[in-house]
Amino acid sequence: MWLFILAELTVFALLILAFSVTQQLKPQLFGQSRQLLDTSTGLAMTLSLLSAGLLAALAQVQVRQGQSRRAAWLLLAAMLVACVYVGIKLGEYRHLLGAGLGIEHNTFFTLYWILTGFHFLHVLLGLLILAWLALTAWRHGYGPERCSGFESGVLYWHMVDLVWVLLFPLVYLIG
Amino acid sequence: MSIANPHLKFASQAVAKPYFVFALILFLGQVLFGLIMGLQYVVGDFLFPVIPFNVARMVHTNLLIVWLLFGFMGAAYYLVPEEADRELHSPKLAILLFWVFAAAGVLTILGYLLVPYAGLARLTHNELLPTMGREFLEQPTITKLGIVVVCLGFLYNIGMTLLKGRKTTVSMVMMTGLIGLAVFFLFSFYNPGNLARDKFYWWWVVHLWVEGVWELIMGSMLAFVLIKITGVDREVVEKWLYVIIAMALITGIIGTGHHFFWIGAPEVWLWVGSIFSALEPLPFLAMVMFAFSMVKNRRREHPNRAATLWAKGTTVTAFFGAGVWGFLHTLAPVNYYTHGTQLTAAHGHLAFYGAYAMIVMTLISYAMPRLRGLGEAADERSQTLEVWGFWLMTLSMVMITLLLTAAGVVQVLLQRWAEDGSALPFMSTTEQLRGLFWARLVSGVGFLAGLVCYLLSFRQRARAALRAPARVVPS
Repeated sequence: MWLFILAELTVFALLILAFSVTQQLKPQLFGQSRQLLDTSTGLAMTLSLLSAGLLAALAQVQVRQGQSRRAAWLLLAAMLVACVYVGIKLGEYRHLLGAGLGIEHNTFFTLYWILTGFHFLHVLLGLLILAWLALTAWRHGYGPERCSGFESGVLYWHMVDLVWVLLFPLVYLIG
Repeated sequence: MSIANPHLKFASQAVAKPYFVFALILFLGQVLFGLIMGLQYVVGDFLFPVIPFNVARMVHTNLLIVWLLFGFMGAAYYLVPEEADRELHSPKLAILLFWVFAAAGVLTILGYLLVPYAGLARLTHNELLPTMGREFLEQPTITKLGIVVVCLGFLYNIGMTLLKGRKTTVSMVMMTGLIGLAVFFLFSFYNPGNLARDKFYWWWVVHLWVEGVWELIMGSMLAFVLIKITGVDREVVEKWLYVIIAMALITGIIGTGHHFFWIGAPEVWLWVGSIFSALEPLPFLAMVMFAFSMVKNRRREHPNRAATLWAKGTTVTAFFGAGVWGFLHTLAPVNYYTHGTQLTAAHGHLAFYGAYAMIVMTLISYAMPRLRGLGEAADERSQTLEVWGFWLMTLSMVMITLLLTAAGVVQVLLQRWAEDGSALPFMSTTEQLRGLFWARLVSGVGFLAGLVCYLLSFRQRARAALRAPARVVPS
């Protein structure tokens, strides 16, 4: 899983690098385009993802203590909290598309859609992984001695969180 | 029926042999046509009008694809029964499909050589379902349908063997790759009139084969041979295989975007293609680390040192050919200048040889001594000859690649990079590259010499080969 996460982070690193370099080359375009984004929901989205991360970490503590049913409940809570992010993001995408700011609008929006879209897909995959973990935990598939699969899944979610924490200021705020 | 071969775990694995033999015959044909073209680059009317350049090129590339397919099928017929721990579902079907595929292949190549291409299209009623006329997919529609039938029969045979037997990661990955190969080939029947759309889906066959599902096939074949020759635990090998596959699919599938740069697709592909395909060297790097660490941690000294050399060699050559040489021109700003130059040819040659020709030869090298009833390995003399073949072919291909790379760089500088007005036209540029093309031709002859060495290594007839059990490495 660590190697897989390393590969994923390398992709994101390249995407972030591409965004930063292009921003340096076209500061004006990026500045103007960024004005069109709504930053007011940023805090809510960040809190949503980070709280889900916290709940997943707490679930892991429960698994280590042999409380897999509790872990499953905590993961369910994590998924519900993460759905706030999904809802807000979908609303943002709909708003942008309605305003004609699609992926072909300009270079800023091309990169905006690639970067946030790719991350969004990772959130969805992360949710699927959390759901799988919750289901297996509910069926007592994990225990204090056999929780490496669980840890790997939670690790993936933390990676999704980490990327967002880097992405959000880069795309929405800095510049 | 001949006496059962004691060196095969299952008698039905023997069906792999005709596939391997025919693959190598076609490989020889491919190299000969490569040499014809190499000469046509410098002596333009060589063999004209009997074999024009475009026909030679078509035969060269089509033979490559077909011999690799024969190699993959032979590999699957050898590997899957052993992994599934049972006889092949139907050896008779495998032999029947061999003859169907071989006949279709030979007829198609003869069609290319004996009938003008437009005439071949008329003769095979291309108008009913037009699929001809596209690079690498030049086969008449009837041949394409034949390939589908052969693939279906092949997948049925392999699939039934797997379903009834033990399911290992190696065989499941192989099966996934082979199913992907068959599914993506179906896009060769989709031939929209709009050229941009045509190219878009054409790459779904070409790219998703070589930079997608074929990597799964390569990974599983490599894993199989490494398990056999190193004796390393299956669990360790499987973990590596998962990593390689995950990386190959993450980078390879979206990496298709690097073919959508200048064909009329939206601009977003410039970004997507550049970024994702920039990581395509990673799975190949993982394969290098995989092969070398498995050989280093081996539990046994396998007598087939040639197979070990092929296994290590294929990963290194694939990493440079597919990984490094692919990366050289995958970023859109670079590709803007290098697209369709000799750099593409350089990449194509080392990548196909390193990744796919060499992995097929790795498996042939491992399996052939057993299939021929010689034991775990051929005799010392044959192996030495095979190792000579390995180095001659590989070093010649490296030279071909370096020379084509130099030609590509000169071509870009003279024809594309130069300011308007001072840029040379295509033919004048080609004239400047004559020296490099001559040197490339010489390297091509070196490659043929290597291939001849390799083929001569199969001459050993005596059955008194190495019968001693493999030595255990003292810890």
